[in-house]
Amino acid sequence: MTKKAAKKKASKKVSAKKIVKTKPAKKIDSKQQTIDSLVELIRVTSTVVPDDVFRTITTAAKHEEKNSTADYAMGIIKDNIDLAKYKSQPLCQDTGTVIFFVYHPAGFHQTPFKELIKKAVTLATKKGYLRQNSVNSLTGENAGTNLGEGHPSIHFYEQKGSEVEVKLMLKGGGCENVSAQYSLPDTTLGAGRDIEGVRKVVIDAVYKAQGKGCGPGALGVCVGGDRADSAYFAKKQLLRKLDDKNSNKELDNLEKEIVTTCNKLGIGPMGFGGKTTLLSCKITHANRVPASFFVSISYMCWAFRRQGVVLNKNFAIKKWLY
Amino acid sequence: MKRLNYPFSPEAVRELRVGDMVLITGKLFTGRDAVHKYIHDGNKPPVDLKNQIIYHCGPVTLKDKSGKWTVTAAGPTTSIREEPYQWEVIRDYGIVGVIGKGGMGQKTLDACKEYGCVYLHAVGGAAQVLAEKIKSVDGLYLEEFGLPEAIWELSVEDFPVVVTMDAHGNSLHKDVEAHSKEVLKTVL
Repeated sequence: MTKKAAKKKASKKVSAKKIVKTKPAKKIDSKQQTIDSLVELIRVTSTVVPDDVFRTITTAAKHEEKNSTADYAMGIIKDNIDLAKYKSQPLCQDTGTVIFFVYHPAGFHQTPFKELIKKAVTLATKKGYLRQNSVNSLTGENAGTNLGEGHPSIHFYEQKGSEVEVKLMLKGGGCENVSAQYSLPDTTLGAGRDIEGVRKVVIDAVYKAQGKGCGPGALGVCVGGDRADSAYFAKKQLLRKLDDKNSNKELDNLEKEIVTTCNKLGIGPMGFGGKTTLLSCKITHANRVPASFFVSISYMCWAFRRQGVVLNKNFAIKKWLY
Repeated sequence: MKRLNYPFSPEAVRELRVGDMVLITGKLFTGRDAVHKYIHDGNKPPVDLKNQIIYHCGPVTLKDKSGKWTVTAAGPTTSIREEPYQWEVIRDYGIVGVIGKGGMGQKTLDACKEYGCVYLHAVGGAAQVLAEKIKSVDGLYLEEFGLPEAIWELSVEDFPVVVTMDAHGNSLHKDVEAHSKEVLKTVL
């Protein structure tokens, strides 16, 4: 007998005996609850753009010339956002590298949580929220589960308080391929080791990307750090809301300036030509050694997939973060 | 808005020009990295590609209990990765259209002109709008490459694309890049 049938039979028996309904305290299976919450996080991330991204795209779309190919592309983008949400199916077929950021209290056990994340990713793949997207780099084998060496990517951070917060980013391959790292000085661009040099290489990266990263795009940038951290911190900037403000005045100005300048390049949505090439730019910095000066640029496509949840003590979703 | 209906032909695609917005109705074959490399390595494609359109796409697919496939997300993938191979596939197997995103290079543009082929840009990331236009899955080949890399034979209706490289040597990508390069010089 299936569980469901057993439950049904049990409830019939109860009503036959006319016992006053007293709901037994339901035992919470926290593992199952965690998996359910994580699958829901994956579903929403894959199928719905966050509100801040939606607002930015909608505003940008209004600026394109009517009946131009750019206007046509933005129209299809908006239709796609509506349709993906309505059908609860992936915004883009490339459901990307699956990147989790887990913020947890002291004493939290990371290893079992990692296992639950893997189970959720497998299940979300079966349900079609994620494509079978993870390939063994040596053998070319695709296990079809999205699990494998180094994937999904999971980062843990200890934080104050008692809550567990999980953020998720799905980063497609097209935009990842046009992401870049520069080493200053860059003589071909005349970019020195200063803010002006940073500005130049970031604009150059957007020029080089043309329409290949599914623009209009959004940038995460890190000034400094070693090669690995610089790239990672750049990507983490994509966790910021598009309409927030950088607390560093100089970087805040630079962010705005880069967006304005890049939108003069005329690359436009999909590289069709047009007014919107870049939706936003978010910049952070990290210390470097005197010999190095890296600038890393993480390009995110318009199908900007990130979400986050706060879990309650039973690991159910308490709040959405974006 | 123009239309391109099955059966396709080099004559029909020669009518199209850069900037045309086109709705395609008929048959498409997906093919991306693994398929192009396979053909380039000297293997014969498992389907006759003469006068067909190839779509650079790795779809999200689901199989129901009866074994029937549906495509639930199907936007284009970046085409430039096939630049080393595409011209050969156009020359040797007679495809008349390539759908993808991001555009392709000079070799492909030359082959489009010489053999009568056109590059059709679909909106990248618009996987749902494009999957809606797929009316049936009619075949699956080279499944061993993994489902996103296999060849899927699809029937589409009013599939929306923009011509960005035509059979007359014009490329919107070249023009946009040249223009943005001029602007770049003034802002660096």
